[in-house]
Amino acid sequence: MGHLLEVNDLEVKFALRLGELTAINGVSFTLDRGQRLGLVGESGAGKSVTGFAIINLISKPGYISGGQVVFDGRDITALSDEAMRNIRGNRISMIFQDPMMTLNPVLTIGTQMTETLLAHRNISRAEAEDIALEKLRKVQIPSPEKRLKQYPHEFSGGMRQRIVIAIALLTDPMLIIADEPTTALDVTIQAEIMDLLQELCEDDEMGLILITHDLAVVSQVTQRIAVMYAGKIVETGPTGAIIRSPRHPYTQGLINALPGSRQAGGRLNQIPGMMPTLTDIPAGCAFHPRCELRGTVCDMEVPHLRSVDSHQRMVACHMVESSEIDRTTSKA
Amino acid sequence: MFAFIIRRITQAILVMLVISFVGFTIKNKIGDPVRDLVGERVTPAEREALRDTLGLNDPFVIQYMRFVKNAAKGDLGLSFFHKRPALAVILSKAPATMELVFGAALILVFVSMPVGVYCAIRPRSWLSRFTMAFSTLGVSIPVFLTAIVLIYIFSVELNWLPSYGRGQTVNIGGWWETGLLTRDGLIHLILPSFSLASIMMPLFIRLIRSEMMEVLETEYIKFAWAKGLRRGRIWLVHAFKNTLLPVITVFGVQIGIMFAFTILTETVFQWQGMGFMFLEAVERSDTSLLVAYLVVVGVIFVVVNTVVDIIYGLVNPTIRIAGRT
Amino acid sequence: MKQMWRRFQSSYLLYSFKRDRIAMVSLAVLVVLLLVGIAAPLISPYDPYDPGNIDIMNSEIPPAWMEEGDGAFLLGTDIQGRDLLSTMIHGLRLSIIIGCGAVVLQAFLGIVIGLLSGYLGGKTDAILMRIADIQLSFPYLMVAIFISAIFQVAFGIGRYEELAVPLLVVIIGLAEWPVYARTVRASVMGEKNKEYVEAARVIGLSRTIIMVRHILPNALTAVMVISTIQVANAVMSEAALSFLGLGMPVTRPSLGSLIRSGFEYIFSGSWWITMFPGVLLVLFVLVINLLGDWLRDVLNPKLYKG
Repeated sequence: MGHLLEVNDLEVKFALRLGELTAINGVSFTLDRGQRLGLVGESGAGKSVTGFAIINLISKPGYISGGQVVFDGRDITALSDEAMRNIRGNRISMIFQDPMMTLNPVLTIGTQMTETLLAHRNISRAEAEDIALEKLRKVQIPSPEKRLKQYPHEFSGGMRQRIVIAIALLTDPMLIIADEPTTALDVTIQAEIMDLLQELCEDDEMGLILITHDLAVVSQVTQRIAVMYAGKIVETGPTGAIIRSPRHPYTQGLINALPGSRQAGGRLNQIPGMMPTLTDIPAGCAFHPRCELRGTVCDMEVPHLRSVDSHQRMVACHMVESSEIDRTTSKA
Repeated sequence: MFAFIIRRITQAILVMLVISFVGFTIKNKIGDPVRDLVGERVTPAEREALRDTLGLNDPFVIQYMRFVKNAAKGDLGLSFFHKRPALAVILSKAPATMELVFGAALILVFVSMPVGVYCAIRPRSWLSRFTMAFSTLGVSIPVFLTAIVLIYIFSVELNWLPSYGRGQTVNIGGWWETGLLTRDGLIHLILPSFSLASIMMPLFIRLIRSEMMEVLETEYIKFAWAKGLRRGRIWLVHAFKNTLLPVITVFGVQIGIMFAFTILTETVFQWQGMGFMFLEAVERSDTSLLVAYLVVVGVIFVVVNTVVDIIYGLVNPTIRIAGRT
Repeated sequence: MKQMWRRFQSSYLLYSFKRDRIAMVSLAVLVVLLLVGIAAPLISPYDPYDPGNIDIMNSEIPPAWMEEGDGAFLLGTDIQGRDLLSTMIHGLRLSIIIGCGAVVLQAFLGIVIGLLSGYLGGKTDAILMRIADIQLSFPYLMVAIFISAIFQVAFGIGRYEELAVPLLVVIIGLAEWPVYARTVRASVMGEKNKEYVEAARVIGLSRTIIMVRHILPNALTAVMVISTIQVANAVMSEAALSFLGLGMPVTRPSLGSLIRSGFEYIFSGSWWITMFPGVLLVLFVLVINLLGDWLRDVLNPKLYKG
């Protein structure tokens, strides 16, 4: 059985007046049915763009300039707009970051839910409403019948995001892409929403790509992690393994930077410098100006993802291969 | 919310008082109420007596109070020229202006909306670029010139449409003379409505286009695309509804401006409406009528503005919470 | 001074101007029109205000290239026998004077009130803005029409004609100051809380100096953008007023009055009396609007919607 989703060397460029900028530079990863993958990185690394690229929804002037996205055996980057429409919201659903901005303020929840079903299935409005109610119950929203007639502004942030999740579930998709789903919510609500997502994916064997900068969230919910930096994936592997013993210097820096990894009262660890903007990406390895392990080859050749250890761990670093340095962090 | 409504209504009343004050001062200092009543051939002695009876020698403030009280009752004085109560004259001319504004509004809505939406969806098509370029030209042509050019082309050269008057009218409900029920009346309505609409058209097209373009950039529209909905639905249901709200409020304000332009349009077409009446009153120095016009139009503006503001305030919290201003 | 010129030469403004052909053409046309208008008494073939020049027998002669045209009158004559070209140029001059004059008045009033309102805040602000709101709730054209009407009724036609130009400047100027006031006030309120104002206050500069030398220059961009639109509006308002008979009289006609006087005659075939002044008016307003559009795009794309 093949992978549910295969991203092969995906490239996304932005055609601006000043020239072309590469936002995603050869990103590859796979996802199986029911698997939960975390796509992790700082803002600007290209995580959201990757998410949108999968369903070919990048806003102009961006476009997919190379690579493939193979979903359920088909290359969907080559599909027509109409064929793509059949996949979006139907087989692949997306959840955005801020539920307040995601829901249309002038339409009722009911309309926004039934329209998704009516656009993809040949059913009556009453049947669509039934399915909507069922999904609302699944995300634990009380008195769902009343909710259908209400407007988005009548709900709290947490409830809104549940509704958005419910909308994502309407068509029983095979894959959900969640772009920073809890960043705009209160911390207490975050945990609930993430638990809900995890449960739903496990129950219905739905794939999940969780795009976030929050390592804590990712460590709880996902089975695998892919770390992105400046438009490329620099490390992939099982979540636990990566958190316990990250191999790529950038990932190590990220884990070390978490407040819990140092003694109380000590200084927080920082990775010196900042992630480069799209116009200033260094030659060779994009991380080399900030890297402790920097060697002579690092500013000349771009490192590719190579397997290290077992368990499908891949790292894109010249130094990790050639040295046996295994820097385990102090975080258990 | 309630406080907001109270505040707006108070402001409205304040404005109306200011208008009535201005109007009254004009009437008092410039107009000659005695002449309005009895004409010119009166001896000075009779004049004085008349002034006393009319209370014209009373202090200013008392006269003003009387004016406001009368106005509230609907008595705005007598028109010198028409020899009838001013309000009655205005009301008899109002239907003509209303129908003209109605016709223009209809044209506006049915042309500017589709064109505006199209220009927002396909901003780089040649039709869009042409429309935007043309709209700058449209804003630069005064309404009376458009009217004249239209008359020249369609009346003088082609002889398709009449160039003045309302045509045949039908009396409904006792006082409303309508031109909408006769073919002749409708034909006469075409050119004036187009002229009036032409002034507002560029503005509305640009407004709808820019509002819609902003809406199309929002998160919820992106989400709608991610849900896999059909384009038509996204544009017309999701996007357009959100565009309408600010457009409606602008429309409300523009109605006031339309009135100013009706004066110009009615002049060109000799359309017997309120605007035409106003100019005649100027020519004949009919102060009472002028002031009455000021008060009536002032009331209309204030009411429309207040209602629009209140509606916007009612609708706004929804939009405010969702992140759009 | 030299430094300012050099800064201007390398500025973004000049750069984008040179790249935008429409802006360059518009500016060229505008300059030509302005020169023609201002130099009207010097360059017009005839003096349209000299009654000795006018012969009623010359009335309604068509433009020179048409059949009954007369080479002496390039664009034909109007109903009184005046050379249309000369009268048009003088009319353009009047439109320029009144348009610019009115805008200068509006701007001056509006800026002063806006500065005071924005900087002083509190009650002053509340009162001034209330007045502005009340005036804004009436469309400026209505206000202008009404004020003209009252003036005419009050002073009679004769005196009105004498005072026409300054009167129109004042009327249109008074009608539109709230636009400037509001914009400047918004700018001021935005700048007021910035650090450089705080710094100036700490140094001990007087309020006036702070307002004029520090805050005002920042508000000027906004003022420049509205000004072009306002000039166009003022010219159109004057044309509208004249067309209604409430503006420039027929003895010293502006373009609007010319259009008015020629209107009835299009039915008898003398279309040029209305059309030529009309074309000139539209051309003038159009180039101002085009330049305004370009200026708006360059200075601040978000300032005015559409």
